[in-house]
Amino acid sequence: MTALTDFTIAEARDALESGAVSARDLAEAHIAAMEAARNLNAFITETPDRALADADASDARRAKGEALGALDGIPLAIKDLFCTEGVMTTAASHILEGFVPPYESTVSGNLRAAGSVMLGKTNLDEFAMGSSNETSYFGNVENPWRRDGDNRPLVPGGSSGGAAAAVSGRLCLGATGTDTGGSIRQPAAFCGIVGMKPTYGRCSRWGVVAFASSLDQAGPMTRTVRDAAILLGGMAGFDPKDSTSTDMAVPDFEAALDGGVKGLRVGIPAEYAVDGMNPEIAALWDQGKAWLEDAGAELVDISLPHTKYALPAYYIIAPAEASSNLARYDGVRYGHREDGADLTELYENTRAAGFGTEVRRRILIGTYVLSAGYYDAYYLRPRRSVP
Amino acid sequence: MAVDRDTVIRVARLARIKVPEGDLDTLAGELSNIIGWVEQLDEVDTAGVDPMTSVADMKLRWRADEVTDGGIRDRVTANAPDPQHGMFSVPKVIE
Repeated sequence: MTALTDFTIAEARDALESGAVSARDLAEAHIAAMEAARNLNAFITETPDRALADADASDARRAKGEALGALDGIPLAIKDLFCTEGVMTTAASHILEGFVPPYESTVSGNLRAAGSVMLGKTNLDEFAMGSSNETSYFGNVENPWRRDGDNRPLVPGGSSGGAAAAVSGRLCLGATGTDTGGSIRQPAAFCGIVGMKPTYGRCSRWGVVAFASSLDQAGPMTRTVRDAAILLGGMAGFDPKDSTSTDMAVPDFEAALDGGVKGLRVGIPAEYAVDGMNPEIAALWDQGKAWLEDAGAELVDISLPHTKYALPAYYIIAPAEASSNLARYDGVRYGHREDGADLTELYENTRAAGFGTEVRRRILIGTYVLSAGYYDAYYLRPRRSVP
Repeated sequence: MAVDRDTVIRVARLARIKVPEGDLDTLAGELSNIIGWVEQLDEVDTAGVDPMTSVADMKLRWRADEVTDGGIRDRVTANAPDPQHGMFSVPKVIE
């Protein structure tokens, strides 16, 4: 039989249904894997007791013939950017160390309601600002993979680096990520797993620590495309508590996999083949195109002329929104606090001690571009530049 | 436009982040580099283009203006660094 940690979500679902394994078996195997792989630093908080309780509750539901959720008994990891009731949520920042939310984010709540088992909270770049998981207050995450003939550690990508390492390293069957400017897709690529950023509005942002609200979106990180469809189905849904949540029925994503990519028209943007691209990457790109064609997709050469302006626009829009969102960390209502002689000094000392270098830099850039005299030039222009 | 040392002091004050004296020049350099690099956006002709607020075409919904929860003071203040008598506390602001 397949090792329990090698199951896909779809296989685990079938094995639970047939009675070949219990949710407790799955939870215990993954708790052991999580504990054995602490060198990866993929988790900020492990919740083994919660996982076993969730698993036992799932097994009990199944034994009694009660209605089961789409992810009943499936062990998952939750990025430590989703608020989880009664479980510390840090955004990998010193300023939120010790913060225990009195509420549950809609996405993690949906996964709970679907019967899933929570193994713990995964590491990330501080406030999701980074692409290598090296800005976490709780230390770097290691990629479970190594180069051929070279044992030096590799970064897992970021910001959802802990989630990507945990899925890739067989520490969970799937994980939630969030993506503002690549934070699901890039670590998924670095760790050799599946990650997708859903259409904005598909997953509720309520209860997710905000970075750049007009771009933030939660999504699934799994080892197969089918698992991504299953997990996304459990995360998605209209939420009146998020004013930008899409009020549309959630389709059966897994059923939509039938027929594969046959007949799909896939655009190949000329601008994505940049000058001086590493030949290894260029070969992978060509391999990807060949796979799509073999599977029956039609490739169409297209041009996205504004591609080169995407990153500079992002470098303004994201920090500007972050500087506003992160204003709430004031040392008064929750989180870390440093004393000061007066209120302003309390704020300044708290925020200096609580934010890491990268977060501080982005808040300053954002504050600069939003400050008097620069708003039109530096904030409105980027929003006109990327149609 | 280059960001100078005085601008960093002003922006840090606006952002309520204390920046040590020794970091000012480094930050001025880093911020100047980022702003300088972003200025390539000036090449794009944006005349007549409306600023985009979302990639999805959506209208913000209205909701009834009514109380949906309450009476949870202790949960609200549970994470406060220095709660006093069920309230958040700050240094004295009025003499």
